[in-house]
Amino acid sequence: MTDLTDLGIRDIRDGVRAGTFSAREVAEAFTAAVAAAKPLNAFLVETPEHALAAADAADAARAAGEAPGPLAGVPIGMKDLFCTKGVPSTAASHILEGFTPEYESTVSQKLWDAGAGMLGKLNMDQFAMGSSNETSYFGNVVSPWRRADGGNAPLAPGGSSGGSSAAVAARIAPGATGTDTGGSIRQPAAFTGISGIKPTYGRCSRWGVVAFASSLDQAGPMARDVRDCAIMLEAMAGFDPKDATSLDLEVPRWEAGLNASLKGKRVGIPKEYRVDNMPAEIDALWQRGIDWLRDAGAEVVEVSLPHTRYALPAYYIIAPAEASSNLARYDGVRYGLRDLPDGANLQEMYARTRAEGFGDEVKRRILIGTYVLSAGFYDAYYTQAQKVRTLIARDFERAWERCDVLLTPTAPSAAFALGEKSDPLAMYLNDVFTVPSSLAGLPAMSVPGGVDTGGLPLGLQIIGKPLDEQGVLDAALAIEERAGFVARPGRWW
Amino acid sequence: MSVDIATVRRIAGLARIAITEEEAERLSPELGNILDWIEQLGEVDTAGVEPMTAVIPNRLRLRDDVVTDGGIRESVLANAPQAEHGFFTVPKVIE
Repeated sequence: MTDLTDLGIRDIRDGVRAGTFSAREVAEAFTAAVAAAKPLNAFLVETPEHALAAADAADAARAAGEAPGPLAGVPIGMKDLFCTKGVPSTAASHILEGFTPEYESTVSQKLWDAGAGMLGKLNMDQFAMGSSNETSYFGNVVSPWRRADGGNAPLAPGGSSGGSSAAVAARIAPGATGTDTGGSIRQPAAFTGISGIKPTYGRCSRWGVVAFASSLDQAGPMARDVRDCAIMLEAMAGFDPKDATSLDLEVPRWEAGLNASLKGKRVGIPKEYRVDNMPAEIDALWQRGIDWLRDAGAEVVEVSLPHTRYALPAYYIIAPAEASSNLARYDGVRYGLRDLPDGANLQEMYARTRAEGFGDEVKRRILIGTYVLSAGFYDAYYTQAQKVRTLIARDFERAWERCDVLLTPTAPSAAFALGEKSDPLAMYLNDVFTVPSSLAGLPAMSVPGGVDTGGLPLGLQIIGKPLDEQGVLDAALAIEERAGFVARPGRWW
Repeated sequence: MSVDIATVRRIAGLARIAITEEEAERLSPELGNILDWIEQLGEVDTAGVEPMTAVIPNRLRLRDDVVTDGGIRESVLANAPQAEHGFFTVPKVIE
């Protein structure tokens, strides 16, 4: 019998429906794989009982002849940014250590309603702030990938959804939730040779997701291939009256709509993404991507997004500003950590609690955010950044007059080694290709395109028009079919 | 753009984060470098450009003015570091 952990979401769903194997067998295989993968540090909490109970429910429903849920029998990993009722949810922070939500996030509830089970809560960069997973309070995730040069340097799984990317790449979860504020689904997907899509802002409810930068945060799926992402996104998306920015639109049937023929479509290549010092391998991969999309029937056109170089600095004003406001809620009063030395007053309690509970990168961003929002600086920084954001969105609108989707590399390099980037600014530059579409709220996806000379995965990014997840998925599928990406990490854990 | 130690202390105070002298000294150049880098936004001509308020056009909804939850005091207090008599408790704030 095939190893069930080699199967993706579609194959598991279809196999359970056909009775080829039981949901229980699938859940047992994956919970055992999770338990045996501790060196990856991908899971903060393991919940085998949740996965097994969902599996038993799926098997019982099938035995009773009931129509199966869209994800019946599929166990998944849940990024620890999602609040899960009765299961600790920390956003990989010390300040939320011990916090056990009394409620369930909308997105996770939708997944359980679809029949999915939870393998556990996935490690991440603290409060989703980071690109390498090194800001987690509970130790970084280690990528399952190793360089082919025999060096055993532990590599970053990307971030912030690094537990999600590592778990899917290591085949200890067939799919996982991620969240993306400036690239936190796409960059880790690229680093680990998996697929991941950030949908249009407003597609997935933010209710119950620990807030980082509310005008940017979007949930999305991370899985082994494009079809699996489409299946999972259908279950995660949908209108939620509890999120004021949720889009009141029907969820398209993305899986049924998949079509890898791009005849009549135009693919834009933004010339400003050809950044200085881009590794030749990334450039070569980009060119292969162009050839693949042309082969799929698309016409390729060069487009210009003139404000691209201002996207990162605008993001590093807007996101910290929103974070400084959102994270004001962690005060040691209502939940989480409290540090109250003898004789301390209320203000001292706040300051001590936050000093103790937040990691360095989180503090750095709160301080930057506080600074740019402070009296006298607000217009020069925040208002100017929001104006630049308007210009960035306008660049994309102009591009859509000439093309249907954009093709770019996902990240400027393959995975780097843990500890390699100690300068915060160097880390921020990792998001150079993913941040502009985040600022414009556009759907964007990373799909594996190949490996570099070190044998490490490289990703290509497709960016689409607002609400055109289908166009994004279709172009990604066209790449997937031609890239023939079969590399996988050898098991060392 | 340099961020001096006094400014770091002032910002940390506004953000309600206690910092030590060593942290303030470390943060001063760190924040300065980041702010230097984001200063480049100043060179963009934004005359006549409206600041972004919503990335995807979406009308803010109104709902009926009715009670939609409540009666969950125990749940609200369940994660409190300290709760007494059905309330969150904090150090004394009034002498």
